[in-house]
Amino acid sequence: MPKPFNTLTAIAAPIMRGNIDTDVIIRIERLVGNSIRGTLGKWAFGALRYLPDGSENPEFILNREPYRQAEILITGPNFGCGSSREGAVWSLQEMGIRAVIGSSFGDIFFANCFQNGILPIIVDKEIVDGLAAEVQQTQGAGRISIDLQQQTIISPSGQRHDFAIDPRRRVGLLEGLDEVAQTLQRDDEIRAFQAADRAERPWIHFAKKAARKTAGNNA
Amino acid sequence: MQTPGRTLLAKIWDQHVIFRVSDDTDLLHVDRHLLHDLGGSRGLLDLKNRNLPVHDPELTFATPDHAISTARGRAGTSKVGQELLAGLRTETSATGIRMFDIDEPGQGIVHVIGPELGLSLPGCLIVCGDSHTCTHGGLAALAFGIGSSELTHVLATQALIQRRPKTMRVRFEGRVPTGVTAKDLILALIGHVGAAAGTGYAVEYAGSAIRDLPVEGRLTICNLSIELGAKMGLIAPDEKTFEYLRGRAYAPQGEMWEQAVAAWRKLPSDPDAVFDREVVIDVEKIIPQVTWGISPEHVIGVDGRVPDPSEVADPARRAAIETALDYMGLVAGAPIAGTPVDWVFIGSCTNSRLSDLRAAAEIARGRKVASSVRAWVVPGSETVKRNAVAEGLDKVFTDAGFEWREPGCSMCLAANGETVAPGQRSVSTSNRNFVGRQGPRARTHLASPASAAAAAIAGAIADVRTMGR
Repeated sequence: MPKPFNTLTAIAAPIMRGNIDTDVIIRIERLVGNSIRGTLGKWAFGALRYLPDGSENPEFILNREPYRQAEILITGPNFGCGSSREGAVWSLQEMGIRAVIGSSFGDIFFANCFQNGILPIIVDKEIVDGLAAEVQQTQGAGRISIDLQQQTIISPSGQRHDFAIDPRRRVGLLEGLDEVAQTLQRDDEIRAFQAADRAERPWIHFAKKAARKTAGNNA
Repeated sequence: MQTPGRTLLAKIWDQHVIFRVSDDTDLLHVDRHLLHDLGGSRGLLDLKNRNLPVHDPELTFATPDHAISTARGRAGTSKVGQELLAGLRTETSATGIRMFDIDEPGQGIVHVIGPELGLSLPGCLIVCGDSHTCTHGGLAALAFGIGSSELTHVLATQALIQRRPKTMRVRFEGRVPTGVTAKDLILALIGHVGAAAGTGYAVEYAGSAIRDLPVEGRLTICNLSIELGAKMGLIAPDEKTFEYLRGRAYAPQGEMWEQAVAAWRKLPSDPDAVFDREVVIDVEKIIPQVTWGISPEHVIGVDGRVPDPSEVADPARRAAIETALDYMGLVAGAPIAGTPVDWVFIGSCTNSRLSDLRAAAEIARGRKVASSVRAWVVPGSETVKRNAVAEGLDKVFTDAGFEWREPGCSMCLAANGETVAPGQRSVSTSNRNFVGRQGPRARTHLASPASAAAAAIAGAIADVRTMGR
């Protein structure tokens, strides 16, 4: 169940390279296993954050103060493209990230953010670039404020930018809603759909029960 | 009666709406849910912890592919890989989900077995916790990758909340030149429009070159939709689609088959359907493609030169090229052909089907892999493996010096520990040339199976058209 998101005022780190994929956000080998939650924060951006000998890369922004404390990422276009691995979002969350601001995101990454209480904000590239420039001018000290209720971003210099968000997603984040429980409240509608669909597309709906031992259609 | 002007996407989408959630968002019925070893048992345990049953186990299918070794006897599967496999067995058995296990026909990469078993059908909605689920769109299924939370939602409800995407149609027109494959067509498209062009869209591939492609080539086209940014890609069904599916294990039979085909014939986009974006590609100008950088959009013809950042005015683009060349260890402006390679990987959900192996074997037959190259062939499924062996393809490969492996995802994403060593260069038939994808600091060049086989023989990136017979 996602943690509710309401307002946030925090250090923001610009990571402006385009097409940062989820393999770069978290390597697959960190995600093999069922007990990985809580272990991922230090592996986020591993390929950029650490040198081949395992030491920190001092040039990478999240290894520098004050960006180490960042709770907001300002990102280049198509951030989070590639794999569907939700571990990418988990790793950001575990390193303390609560919001990402960019001009576009990978579709699956974008959806995964909402499932974990992380707010992804899409605004025009000019606004993204302006926020990054302001943050850099203050050497990272200038904080960004996000108000989800009002749908606004306030830049370090006080400039206000409105952002759009799917109303359902907004409510889900504000209230930290459990989507599974919500859907199951309307399970009778799912079952009614299935009954009607079975008549229309019988080839879709296989027989219930009986763990299938052999390949074959017993629809 | 069909309303005029509807797209293939709209027809499939509307069929699956259980209820409308908001103006542009619906709760959709999931017809097929595919689980694999990396996330399958995690999702099932998630449900168990919440004390929820699997809503429709008979619409859910599982197979191990990501974390298992592809060595003979599955030797070298890591301890955690073995735990995931054991977990998948236990949890699918406890919930009545059919699992296709190791050494059993039906096991393989999820996106190879779905079509092969006839689980993937036209007009069907398929999800899987893997972004390359778009592959199944080659059979006119609406198929897309989901995250872990959505996976749990589908197990619990057999449904998923989705926002209706925008629509893009890409028409590949003309006759495909010799030596050019489905992989080259889709890489050329990504190079042309960019890796983010499909973000927010479902892409329908159409045009004479798509109609001419066999189903396995169409699966390759749709597989790379996500590399275009589109989580869904699909191709209208036709006689080839029906012939491919007829008689497959989970496809309808007898009278129900006729009923299904009649319904599927109504699926293609209406002639007056309107798309949010249209792209036309002249395939006659396409030559075999190879990537040079760290995004699939970093692609050129094999006769081309690596870009020179000093010739690029836009600072962001220039910096991106510099970063990519530095990672890849390439010289700006140098010809890509002739670049020496250390590894060749033929496999993955993109290019591990029988037709892919035949194309690679055609190049490899009677030749030898260069002594400096290590080359693997990893069939996509147990069935592909057995069919290839029956044709003697395994012998062609091993005689040439390729290693013939067991089915799985293997070195495409290296989740099972099968990696390209740091700094080494690989020509791979997979789908992602991302930083570290095939292993930390591994350098990946994406290409078609025939081009990959040509690189193995030449010991360097090579133009497959010079190696034909």
